[in-house]
Amino acid sequence: MDTNVLFIFVLAVFVGFEVISKVPSMLHTPLMSGTNAIHGIILFGGILVLADADSSLTRILGFVAVIFGSANVFGGFMVTDRMLQMFKKKK
Amino acid sequence: MSSTIIDLLIIGVSVLFIVGIKLLSSPKTARKGNLVAAAGMFIALLILHKPSGDSVWTQGWSFNYTLIVIGTLIGLVIGAIGAYSVKMTAMPQMVALFNGLGGGAAALVASLEFKSGAQGGAESTPFIAGSMLFATLIGSLSFSGSIIAYLKLEGKFEKPHTFPGQNILNGLILLVILGLCGWLTFNATSGSATTAFIVVFCLALFFGVAMVLPIGGADMPVVISLLNSFTGLAVAADGIAIHNLAMVVAGTLVGSSGTLLTLLMCKAMNRPVTNVLFGAFGSSTSGGKAGAGDLAGKTVKPIQADEVALLLGYAQRVVIVPGYGMAVAQAQHAVRELSDELGRRGVEVQFAIHPVAGRMPGHMNVLLAEANVPYDQLIEMEAINPSMDRVDVCLVIGANDVVNPAAREEKSSPIYGMPIIEADKCKTVIVMKRSMAAGFAGIENHLFYKDNTRMLFGDAKASLQTLVTQLKAV
Repeated sequence: MDTNVLFIFVLAVFVGFEVISKVPSMLHTPLMSGTNAIHGIILFGGILVLADADSSLTRILGFVAVIFGSANVFGGFMVTDRMLQMFKKKK
Repeated sequence: MSSTIIDLLIIGVSVLFIVGIKLLSSPKTARKGNLVAAAGMFIALLILHKPSGDSVWTQGWSFNYTLIVIGTLIGLVIGAIGAYSVKMTAMPQMVALFNGLGGGAAALVASLEFKSGAQGGAESTPFIAGSMLFATLIGSLSFSGSIIAYLKLEGKFEKPHTFPGQNILNGLILLVILGLCGWLTFNATSGSATTAFIVVFCLALFFGVAMVLPIGGADMPVVISLLNSFTGLAVAADGIAIHNLAMVVAGTLVGSSGTLLTLLMCKAMNRPVTNVLFGAFGSSTSGGKAGAGDLAGKTVKPIQADEVALLLGYAQRVVIVPGYGMAVAQAQHAVRELSDELGRRGVEVQFAIHPVAGRMPGHMNVLLAEANVPYDQLIEMEAINPSMDRVDVCLVIGANDVVNPAAREEKSSPIYGMPIIEADKCKTVIVMKRSMAAGFAGIENHLFYKDNTRMLFGDAKASLQTLVTQLKAV
């Protein structure tokens, strides 16, 4: 498991570099906002720890993590969409 | 579901994330890209499984699940309100805030995993414990750093805060954090591990504040981009710790693309990233004074709106250079009216966009898009500079440092070498400005004193509306 994960990590680093290497600067803000939404996947980490929480402390902290992660993922995708719907070509 | 099917679906989710980011890098497909990534996120939620391989959704309902639903809904409402109420000018702050929340969540998840996994679990290895510590450190740093970046962009303490030995103090704190992390990696079950862990958490929060506080407001875009990639890496490390490959892939993609984006932004400002992070650029005034000295005795030439309207009305080609001042004055709609009116008169109008105009890369594009300016009218700096000498009138609206020829002419200037939009090469330059205050970098702008430059003082929005009215009468 450990080395497989590292393998995936290293490949993903290069893919991440490669896919945005040609992005025009006009899209930098939406791109930053869009990738910001993607790391909102941490919500699932929050769900996993909260599902197994067995004390008040872990419940409270897990609950906060879920709220934070949920705001990150939903807010991130919505705000990016709101920005992008305004990009229109001349009619 | 069998683990093979889950693995295949995770590969599918990874592809959706990659394709989503790829589509986000072209204006035509960007919106679709965002939706593709969101679809990937939804599938990842459906197949969410525990490290043991069991689905999270098939075990019995418990109080914890009620909390999960409530927490997700609260986050959804917070996110939706933030996303739909924020003004386009305040977009950078919103991204900083969402990023901070993600970082905070990553740190909390890692902390809880460290408590239950590394300290209680039998199968924990130093590699896993190290991943958790990394996620805690980077996540909490990103949380507190993003909050400071948010407050700075809100104008709370915009100026850099510095004191002698600051970098040394920060370096020492970082050394203590890294030392503790190194020790904890191999002694996660030791009696004093919990105390050491809490110390790491708090020091990392403090380090995030100490790292962003000395950086000037003008550099916040770079900081937000960097913290965005940090959060991505923290999420990836969390994914390693809880054996969730979708999190590893998503987090790593964000981490590496965010790092590249940060470097691209620094390149556009012609400054190494180390200079942004440790230079406390905004506080240096020596270069500014040197620049001002050469300008002694020179004066700016003001102009009235009716003259500008005449110049514009009889021009063949007009280039508009927007900057943060346009955002502050909420003048993007008035700019579009002016551009439409000129277009009706047969004047060729283009917008010259500097990569770091405004407070975030692409900030101007978003604002102008909001005002329905078609994006094929927006020309990037490199594309428009070669033909700037054939432009009749260049209208600079609230832009300052990005058109300062000192970047080309003045070796002592702090912005020397930064690529600029060469507004000074146009036949006539009209600078719309509220007052003679210096730009964000705090340095004098040589453009204002050029022979072909005229200053139109006043609020950008009001001036533009006057221009439109005057133009209709020409």
